[in-house]
Amino acid sequence: MNLLVIDTSNHVLGVAIMKNDQVIGQIMTNLTKNHSVRLMPAIDKLMAEVGMRVEELDRIAVAKGPGSYTGVRIGLTTAKTLAWALGTPVVGVSSLEALSYQGRFFDGLVCPFFDARRGLVYTGIYEWEGGNITNPVPDQNTPFVNILEDLKEKGKSVLFLSPDVSAFKEQIIETMGELAVIPEGPYHITNPAHLGLASMTMEPDNIHGLAPNYLRLAEAEANWLKQQKEKESND
Amino acid sequence: MKNDKIILGIETSCDETAVALVKNGTEILSDVVASQIESHKRFGGVVPEIASRHHVEQMTMVLEEAIEEAKVEWEDIDAIAVTEGPGLVGALLVGVNTAKALAFAKQKPLVGVQHIAGHIYANRFEREFEFPLLALIVSGGHTELVLMKEHGDFKLIGETLDDAAGEAYDKVARMLDLPYPGGPEIDRLAALGEETIDFPRAWLSEDSYDFSFSGLKSAVINKIHNAKQRGETLKKEDIAASFQASVIEVLTTKTLRAAKEKNVKQVIVAGGVAANRGLRAEMQTQFERAEIPLLIPPLSLCSGTALI
Ligand SMILES: [Zn+2]
Repeated sequence: MNLLVIDTSNHVLGVAIMKNDQVIGQIMTNLTKNHSVRLMPAIDKLMAEVGMRVEELDRIAVAKGPGSYTGVRIGLTTAKTLAWALGTPVVGVSSLEALSYQGRFFDGLVCPFFDARRGLVYTGIYEWEGGNITNPVPDQNTPFVNILEDLKEKGKSVLFLSPDVSAFKEQIIETMGELAVIPEGPYHITNPAHLGLASMTMEPDNIHGLAPNYLRLAEAEANWLKQQKEKESND
Repeated sequence: MKNDKIILGIETSCDETAVALVKNGTEILSDVVASQIESHKRFGGVVPEIASRHHVEQMTMVLEEAIEEAKVEWEDIDAIAVTEGPGLVGALLVGVNTAKALAFAKQKPLVGVQHIAGHIYANRFEREFEFPLLALIVSGGHTELVLMKEHGDFKLIGETLDDAAGEAYDKVARMLDLPYPGGPEIDRLAALGEETIDFPRAWLSEDSYDFSFSGLKSAVINKIHNAKQRGETLKKEDIAASFQASVIEVLTTKTLRAAKEKNVKQVIVAGGVAANRGLRAEMQTQFERAEIPLLIPPLSLCSGTALI
């Protein structure tokens, strides 16, 4: 099975081409640079480099968020359009799950997270048991303090993985103490081949139906819902 | 047969996900538009983030429908065209990335198109252009006067310095508690009312082709506020008629002056506000009198700009 992997959901721009569970090639950058301009040339270059034609692709895997709203849309739009145009199945993978693959050999809980501003994070809790990954706490948008308190209560050691980890390091150590494990820089970055690996056990999505998993309403919509509720309670 | 040139156009610059297939620049094979008006209605205007979200959800479906409706095979399509801007940045990105992925998957050339060009060229389905040509583009996103000396040559000679005309319509409509989009509502009320209030006309400097609607908008808001404070009731129809009279007079006068000064052979009115009945009627009267051919698209062509 020839798999094309696309991840532009956060700062990392990742593209990989895999044959079954083997990586044939990948391009990865960790820069605050325009994903929209760089994604297609990266795919084009990598396909040429590994000598694969688009018609040979059997599947496309894409990071569906959470992450940057715009970033998620760039990846998903590209993946969905390619899949539709080529008649290839497409699979959306949680950006958090893909990152948690960096904790494949960690004995304990894995907590991948992305900064969602104003003290909030996009996070979920993952756990590796044997060769399988489980997701005891599903992806959500939550105050970082809450997830830390939850994790502390569990009393297990926790691997924290995040491209934004430096801003939260102090807070983690303060709450978790010895239970917290914070690795070096490269572990905090999603490897596109890991996303590909995660997608392999998943069923393809409906191409039209596959949508970003923002984990958060647009601000205008959230305000509007709040107003509707207030109106209801006034009636 | 294979001398036909078929182009697939994608447009996502605002609140419509649109895909069209066009043959030889003049024949529309299909034109599928997924409008988001219903969704943005709640907010009284287009919310960029929400527009972008809808585009991602709609895009492949609209594409599929457009291809099916056009009954063409991919091998017959010669190029992919997409609106690059101006417009809502996040919304544009969805169209641009779709176009890039399509061009790559199907190995077709990709053409970036200016949004304004899309508006203007939508009129070519009605009649062949004659140059020099002057285009007035009025919508929620713009108010521009563009001079064209030949195909593909766009010279911006006037633009709004603040709000677009359509934006002013939406804001005034909100003040009057009218549903979104405000343009058609105000147009409808204006036809029932009378111009009882003398709202300002922003002419700017004497030789300027630029526009400004923020002063007019404030004048309307103040008028409504003051009336409320004094316990007076103004007829909505009259406010609409007075507001619309100001907008139309400025648009028509400036366009007519530019048309005469630039000696153009044709004038085109494009964009969503071109559907405004008041504007259409006044333009037709003035240009007939000046004997300058005027092209206003039929109502259905006003918004779909994927027709590049
Ligand atoms: Zn427009």
